[in-house]
Amino acid sequence: MTAPLVVFFVLAALAVIGAISLILQKHPIHSALSLIVVMVALAGLYLLLGAEFVAAVQIIVYGGAIMVLFVFVIMLLNAGVEEHTSISKMAGAPGLLLVVALAGVVAATIAKSAAGVQAVPQTGEISSTLGISNMIFKDFVYPFELTSFLILVAVLGATVLAQREKT
Amino acid sequence: MNSFLSTNAELVITLVKIALLLFIVLTVNAYLTWFERKVVAHMQSRWGPHRTGPHGLLQPLADGVKFLFKEDPTPAGVDKLVYYLAPLLALALALTGIALIPFGPDPIRLFNHDIYLGIAPPDVNMGILALFAITAMGVYGVALAGWSSNSKYPLLGGLRSSAQMISYELALTMSVVGVLLMAGSFNLKKIIEAQAHHPEWGFLGWNIWPQIVGFFCFFVAAVAETNRVPFDLPEAESELVAGFHTEYASFKFAMFFIAEYTSMITVSCLCSIMFFGGWLSPFPASWTFTHYLPSAILIPFGLWVIWDGIRYETVFGRIILPGVGTAIAGLGALFVLLPIVNEFIQGPFWLLSKILGFLFVYVWMRGTLPRFRYDQLMAFGWKLLLPLSIVNVIATSFVILARMTWGGK
Repeated sequence: MTAPLVVFFVLAALAVIGAISLILQKHPIHSALSLIVVMVALAGLYLLLGAEFVAAVQIIVYGGAIMVLFVFVIMLLNAGVEEHTSISKMAGAPGLLLVVALAGVVAATIAKSAAGVQAVPQTGEISSTLGISNMIFKDFVYPFELTSFLILVAVLGATVLAQREKT
Repeated sequence: MNSFLSTNAELVITLVKIALLLFIVLTVNAYLTWFERKVVAHMQSRWGPHRTGPHGLLQPLADGVKFLFKEDPTPAGVDKLVYYLAPLLALALALTGIALIPFGPDPIRLFNHDIYLGIAPPDVNMGILALFAITAMGVYGVALAGWSSNSKYPLLGGLRSSAQMISYELALTMSVVGVLLMAGSFNLKKIIEAQAHHPEWGFLGWNIWPQIVGFFCFFVAAVAETNRVPFDLPEAESELVAGFHTEYASFKFAMFFIAEYTSMITVSCLCSIMFFGGWLSPFPASWTFTHYLPSAILIPFGLWVIWDGIRYETVFGRIILPGVGTAIAGLGALFVLLPIVNEFIQGPFWLLSKILGFLFVYVWMRGTLPRFRYDQLMAFGWKLLLPLSIVNVIATSFVILARMTWGGK
């Protein structure tokens, strides 16, 4: 096995273990920590693909900003250990069905793409950052602006909801 | 053995560099505490540490030994895993940040290998982004320490710290965008080289002049990120006992301490590199006589230490201080005698002087400014720093655009 392959398997295992532990952990903070492990492992995978910019942004935005907010809210509410209720049968049956369906779709996608796997073109610093900005601000400028607008609406909504009522 | 060395030369060199840099950073950290206590003491008309060793120079060693040998109790009801993880996380992330800093422009040629100063190779494309990624993760050390201690004051400290980090992270990243636009790169080496376009301008060519607003935002946000005065609310001792590390003792406390001082060094490095020309000399390139400045500072300083040492009260001081002084003056003399060495140390000399300058500013602020109130802190971050840094980005982009359109550049 070559070194990148070893690194890939280590990171992939970390991501999967983190994701499983995220579900199984009883305490919200432990779950949040597991999610951070997943985020960092994913960033490592991006780095392995040569996408340095995406890897750095993944850690800054997801690992740093968003997860800090998660941890902050959990700490602020001082959420305790989660209570487990007996799983209802109504939720169990469709859930199982969904799991089977999802596994089928994933398997089908892997089987289909395994035939024509293509190496990701390695890109340098400027070309990758430049490439990303070209794509965002030229090729996909309307979807991008639409997304920004959506986020703006969400921010405004949050501000309105959080505002103190004037009495 | 020899074949192993020759096939894995890069690996061996990197490991040696890591060990060396770790040793240097930890030593500098220790003496930074001495420096801080001395400077703050003199600002307040006191002597500061002066009993342990000549001029209190052995105080950091005594502190280190004390940290190692103190009892290390684990409070009841803590979340064991997170409680032990938090200081490790804080220290590891702080030290990783230093690894990305390039300390000099030219490599040393040893054993047929170019050895650069600094652990990461100087052409790390995402240098500055990687550093921000590391500092962004740094908050977890503090926040988790506060939460896992299962105690009121640490929890409040952890909460304050995460809120503060979220608020100032944005301004921190936005404030450097201007510098990145001017350099056209995330690479720290290229950022420095972009400030050397006019070798005859000296310090007038640095980023601090066009980016003075960006520098203000960056430095304030960076001080807030390192939890230093006047932004030390997470460990405000008059309100929260000791904040997030109240329940930590012995070396686990020392790890938080070292992490804080290491991030101070990282921030000073970043300030010097991004706004103050990094290893560039402040003088025009044609003034070659300024290359003797390191010697001109070291030799008189060494002689002064010898003179001071001879008259020192204790016998120990009368032996040690002249010895140290001779070493310093000898180093200065060496630079004069060996022109190659003198040329080589120019870059590191200027970078280290600038870093030292910023560390002094850190201590100076601690000796001068009172702590912010919490609402002031939030208002300052969101209502002043963030809009200011965004305006800076927009203004810089417009100037660059205008130059590209009309300047023919």
